[in-house]
Amino acid sequence: MSTPLEHDYIGLAETSSMERSSEKISSSSSSSIPSNIEDKTTNNPSLNLKETELRLGLPGSESPERKLSLFGKDLETNDKSNGFAGIPLKNLVSGAKRGFSDAIDGSNGKWVFAINGKSDVELGKGAVLASPRGGLDSKTNPQQVRTSVPVMKEVVGVPQSPKPVQDKKNLVPPVNEHASAPAAKAQVVGWPPIRSFRKNSMASNLAKNSDEAAGCLYVKVSMDGAPYLRKVDLKTYNNYREFSSALEKMFSCFTIGQCGSNGDGLSESRLMDLLHGSEYVLTYEDKDGDWMLVGDVPWEMFTDSCRRLRIMKGSEAIGLGIPSKSHGEMQEPELMQKTWKKHRILYSTTLYTYVCAFRYYSLMYLVEVREKRDCIRQIMALKTYPII
Amino acid sequence: SSRRSSFPDEVLERVLSLLKSHRDRSSVSLVCKDWYNAERWSRTHVFIGNCYSVSPEIVARRFPKIRSVTLKGKPRFSDFNLVPENWGADIHAWLVVFAAKYPFLEELRLKRMAISDESLEFLAVSFPNFKALSLLSCDGFSTNGLAAIATHCKNLTELDIQENGIDDKGGSWLSCFPESFTSLEVLNFANLSSDINFDALERLVGRCKSMRVLKLNRSVSLEQLQRLLVNAPQLAELGTGSFSEELTFRQYVELESALSNCKNMHTLSGLWDAKGIYLPALYPVCTHLTFLNLSYAALRSDELAKLLAHCPRLKRLWVLDTVEDKGLEAVGLNCPLLEELRVFPADPFDEEIIHGVTEAGFVAVSFGCPGLHYVLYFCRQMTNAAVATIVQNCPDFTHFRLCIMNPGQPDYITNEPMDEAFGAVVKTCTKLQRLSVSGLLTDLTFEYIGRYAKNLETLSVAFAGSSDWGMQCVMGGCSKLRKLEIRDCPFGNAALLSGLEKYESMRSLWMSACNVTMNGCRLLAREMPRLNVEVMKEDGSDDSQADKVYVYRSIAGPRRDAPPSVLTL
Repeated sequence: MSTPLEHDYIGLAETSSMERSSEKISSSSSSSIPSNIEDKTTNNPSLNLKETELRLGLPGSESPERKLSLFGKDLETNDKSNGFAGIPLKNLVSGAKRGFSDAIDGSNGKWVFAINGKSDVELGKGAVLASPRGGLDSKTNPQQVRTSVPVMKEVVGVPQSPKPVQDKKNLVPPVNEHASAPAAKAQVVGWPPIRSFRKNSMASNLAKNSDEAAGCLYVKVSMDGAPYLRKVDLKTYNNYREFSSALEKMFSCFTIGQCGSNGDGLSESRLMDLLHGSEYVLTYEDKDGDWMLVGDVPWEMFTDSCRRLRIMKGSEAIGLGIPSKSHGEMQEPELMQKTWKKHRILYSTTLYTYVCAFRYYSLMYLVEVREKRDCIRQIMALKTYPII
Repeated sequence: SSRRSSFPDEVLERVLSLLKSHRDRSSVSLVCKDWYNAERWSRTHVFIGNCYSVSPEIVARRFPKIRSVTLKGKPRFSDFNLVPENWGADIHAWLVVFAAKYPFLEELRLKRMAISDESLEFLAVSFPNFKALSLLSCDGFSTNGLAAIATHCKNLTELDIQENGIDDKGGSWLSCFPESFTSLEVLNFANLSSDINFDALERLVGRCKSMRVLKLNRSVSLEQLQRLLVNAPQLAELGTGSFSEELTFRQYVELESALSNCKNMHTLSGLWDAKGIYLPALYPVCTHLTFLNLSYAALRSDELAKLLAHCPRLKRLWVLDTVEDKGLEAVGLNCPLLEELRVFPADPFDEEIIHGVTEAGFVAVSFGCPGLHYVLYFCRQMTNAAVATIVQNCPDFTHFRLCIMNPGQPDYITNEPMDEAFGAVVKTCTKLQRLSVSGLLTDLTFEYIGRYAKNLETLSVAFAGSSDWGMQCVMGGCSKLRKLEIRDCPFGNAALLSGLEKYESMRSLWMSACNVTMNGCRLLAREMPRLNVEVMKEDGSDDSQADKVYVYRSIAGPRRDAPPSVLTL
């Protein structure tokens, strides 16, 4: 497949920064919903319905066309095979959700699974990641509202069965109601019935709380091929071992499902093989948006910097430089090097601090010793001894 | 023979002027012509539930002495983005008439109306005696409009800006209150996001000695809050700003002391991003609190439990579902006087959520709070048995709004529809006025509603029902029904037309994403000329389908300001 090659590290990084900025903008877009509902559709010339309909990336984002072809190709093939008819390709937003975009790298099975599965949770989830994750307070209110991310959500939700779907679109400003007409029937606008102001407050509240709340450090864990994400509280684990066993338990149901044909008695060891072997790789996104291999840094540093986790299939991890079945150790040093590079500054700063501290304390010690010595000399010179 | 009334008119007017309830007044005005006239001359406050049901000229003609107006505009589902943009409900036409006929107007309370900055400026300069402005869920204006109000309304006592679609251009509007201005009693800007000039606020609060309601926005810090409270211990309702910065011990003590000086405080809200460690500062206030709004503070169950242990007199509580069932158990244990509970979802769109509340929390509250009569509950799972238990414990429900967030979800234990749950509600709670249903529901639910909910006035239905029969039951059975809002239900023309006789006694009907067709609507419009039948079509939908239908009674005839997307039949 040609497409996976495009998922090189650089490409993903671009996606990630785009995603972050799209997250930011979509979250500020949702926070600006109550501020300017009218402006969005009628007065603001830079944003009209059509634009949101067709928008693929962010305004001024580089090469949206490239993104279109990158993912568009996949979707065209997927379209035909999944009877995904009627959805304008252009409506799909690339780089919207990292997990999502990776999930559609040509694996038809996953695509179908996500769509026809229990619900469009994964995709919706991915989209949900946008707004809360952006986590910006409602103080910033750029008028150039971008709803590209949510548009993706709603379109993707279309091929669902006629049964109404859990709504993800409440993060979307009213614009979308008018935007994608064929999709309108199967969507759930305005559900659950919560006023815009509260929705937006909750979105930013949640981001803050999930990130810094005392005693809780919830991060989302996605697994490729699983129908929905899970959340784990990193604070409840003390080391990598506890953490990975908890993850295994959590996701065993999915892996069991996937290798059900291999026999019913899926033992712990088989599961461990799956997770620890070349089949699955545990990665996390850190504060800077880089995807790192779990296990390289001390546990505390990991919990501090981990934003979310992803259990990747080895075959997809090619671009991340994560060892996969076919590419073996070749990629590993790259990742290790990256980890080192990233933390190099931290390490060297720490070292420098220690050195400085050492010098300071040794200096103080010397000064003290000298002072003491002078003091004693003076006393001796007096030839009298103080009564203590 | 000349008929003499038992009272001279002046006495009658004097007596009637003591009547405040607008329903009583309506009844009075129907007695006879004398009473009708006496009532209209003595009425000072008019409540208009649907701004298009009457025109401002008609109001002015009937009531010459109005000083206070309450107006509601768009259908309620506009809060959830179901109503198209620029649908209408513009206040300006009303203001123009009021400026001519009621120059002494003092109060204006608007809900879901469209207001522009020009309208606000016009308001500010046209009514020299203007005192109270309350805007809830309105849109179309910006903080410039607020600046105009602050600048020109010399007698302003109330400025209440809640949950509006406001274009927040900055906080300088607050500085527009002149230094000589001292009459403000109610100031609520909790839902604005920009920073305001704190010094201006501090001075304003300092010189408005009768201020009793102060609701700050998130930009006000804890330290600033303390400074404000020191100058305003008389506050009865407080909405704090952000409740989460780092405080030194001394600052914390000062805050606690400032709060404990507020002996009159009965309502507390705000508490944005509240951190559990600072909540104890609130304990002195909690002892006499009757309304606690924690719906913007994502507290955990233990934090809530500790706080509620100090709130024995609580009557109204709004929380987020981060408190989970354990937190609600604490509610049941600590607040026996509770009458109203609202539980909002912290993360409504996250399906794979490990938290939130379940039926267990609701049941726990019902055991501890038998006086509960108003509930709004967002959850992800519910059972018929739980609801039956709840209403058995609390038979006095007047408002029962249950939202199971996954549309069409059945009882998660028995997998049956939730019909019996709502059946139990309507059978047991004879005083029920407002009901919102959710979950998997068949026509049986509506049969129950039609048969038992005789006092029901407002019904909200979403993703429910199996056929027209459901709606027909409701239209036929609920004699006091005034507002019916339906979305995404399989009700068609037969259902719509079954209420033909009924719509004139109702305020409004909303049906969206149902099976109603244009022909059905046209028929309705033809048969009932005193109803306005408005259809909002969505782009690209079938020509014969009526995507959104809004039907309401009106003595003002079809409206002339409808946008092109709204067709009046």
